[in-house]
Amino acid sequence: MYDLIIIGAGPSGITAAVYAARKKMDFLVLTEDIGGQTVWSSNVENYTGYQFIAGAELAQKFEEHLRQYDIAVRENEPVISLEKNSGFFTATTAKAAYQSRAVIIASGKRSRELKVPGEKEFRNRGLTYCATCDGPLFSGKVVAVVGNGNSALDAALQLVRISPRVYIINDISALAGDAVMAEKVIAAKNAAVINNAQVTAILGDKLVSGIRFKRNDREEVIPVEGVFVEIGLIPNSDFVHLVKKNDLGEIEVDCRNATSAEGVFAAGDVTTVPEKQIIIAAGEGAKACLSAFRYLASHKF
Amino acid sequence: MASSILVYSTPTCPHCVRLKQFLAENKVDFVNYDVSVDREKANEVIKKSGQMGVPVMDIDGQLIIGFDKEKIKSALGLA
Repeated sequence: MYDLIIIGAGPSGITAAVYAARKKMDFLVLTEDIGGQTVWSSNVENYTGYQFIAGAELAQKFEEHLRQYDIAVRENEPVISLEKNSGFFTATTAKAAYQSRAVIIASGKRSRELKVPGEKEFRNRGLTYCATCDGPLFSGKVVAVVGNGNSALDAALQLVRISPRVYIINDISALAGDAVMAEKVIAAKNAAVINNAQVTAILGDKLVSGIRFKRNDREEVIPVEGVFVEIGLIPNSDFVHLVKKNDLGEIEVDCRNATSAEGVFAAGDVTTVPEKQIIIAAGEGAKACLSAFRYLASHKF
Repeated sequence: MASSILVYSTPTCPHCVRLKQFLAENKVDFVNYDVSVDREKANEVIKKSGQMGVPVMDIDGQLIIGFDKEKIKSALGLA
C-alpha cells in the first residue's frame, strides 16, 4: 500500500513526483511514457528560464530532474482502471494492480481520432498524428492534412516545403486557427483547401493510397500517400469513473486540484484547468501534490 | 553485442532524439540514416518495416519500430 499513486508523467505528473519525493512520501508513478505531450512540441519559447528549448529537450530535462530522486516509475504501464474499495484506491494496469491512500491523475491528453474505416489499419502505414515526427518521410509524396486549427495549419506549413501537393480537408466553411498561419497556407501554391468536407474513409492496400470524403452530399476520392490527422486532443480520462467530468471528458478540479472524489486529485491537461500550457501543467502538478500531502497528513489511515 | 545496428530517423522526430540519446548513454555504436534527406534510405525503411513511422532500428536484421526501450534493451543485451 502506497501513500500516493501518480498517474502520468508529463509536466504535471513529473512535477508532482518531484514534490512528493522531497516530501518523502511513499509513492509510485504509473505512466505510458515520460514527458507526455511536451515531447511532441517542436519549440517551446514560454517556459520560464528557457528562452528557447525544443520540446524533446525540455522533456529530457524533466526526466533528468525526476531521476535525481529514487522514484519508482513504471513506464509502459498506463492505468486502465481506477477504483475505490473500502477506503483505498486500486489502480490497475495491464501488468498489475496497485493500492494507495490518495491518487493524483495527471494523464494528459491524446490526439483525437477520425473514427472512420481504414484509420486503425493504416496507422503508421501512411496515416499519422504527428507531422513533426513523420513528416519528412513523405517528401515527394502527395498528402492530405485533416483539420482546420493551428495544429493542422502547422502540419500543412511543414508539408508544403517537401510535398508536391498538400490537401487540407476541413469540415467547416473556412480555416480556423491563427489568421497569419491560415493566410500562409492559402498562399502556398501547392496547397489546396477543401472546405465543408467530412472524411469518410482512408483507402489503401499495404500503405495509404487515398482518402474519401463527403462534400455537398457527394462522395469524392483523392489519391494521396499520406494522411495527417490534426483534429484536436481528448483527455485521457476514460479509465476513471469516480470523479465528475465536464462534457469534454475533462476532470473537474477546484483551485486546490481536488476532484469530486475525496482523496483523488488531478492536474494538467486532463483537468478543467483553464489554459493547457506546459508551465501551467507543471504548476498544477505541484499544487496537486501539496494538496495530496495535506490530505494524507490530516487523515488517519 | 550485436554486430550491425542501424537507426533510421529524422532530426525533428522526438522519439528519434530520445532513442539516439538512450543509445549514446549506453555507449552503443550505431549507424544513423537521416531519412529526411536520404531518399534511398527512406524508401528502404518503408520497404523493410512495411510502415511509415520513425524511428526504426535494425539490430542484426531484427526490426524495432518506435522507441521501445524494453525491446531495445533485450535485443542489445543491456541490463
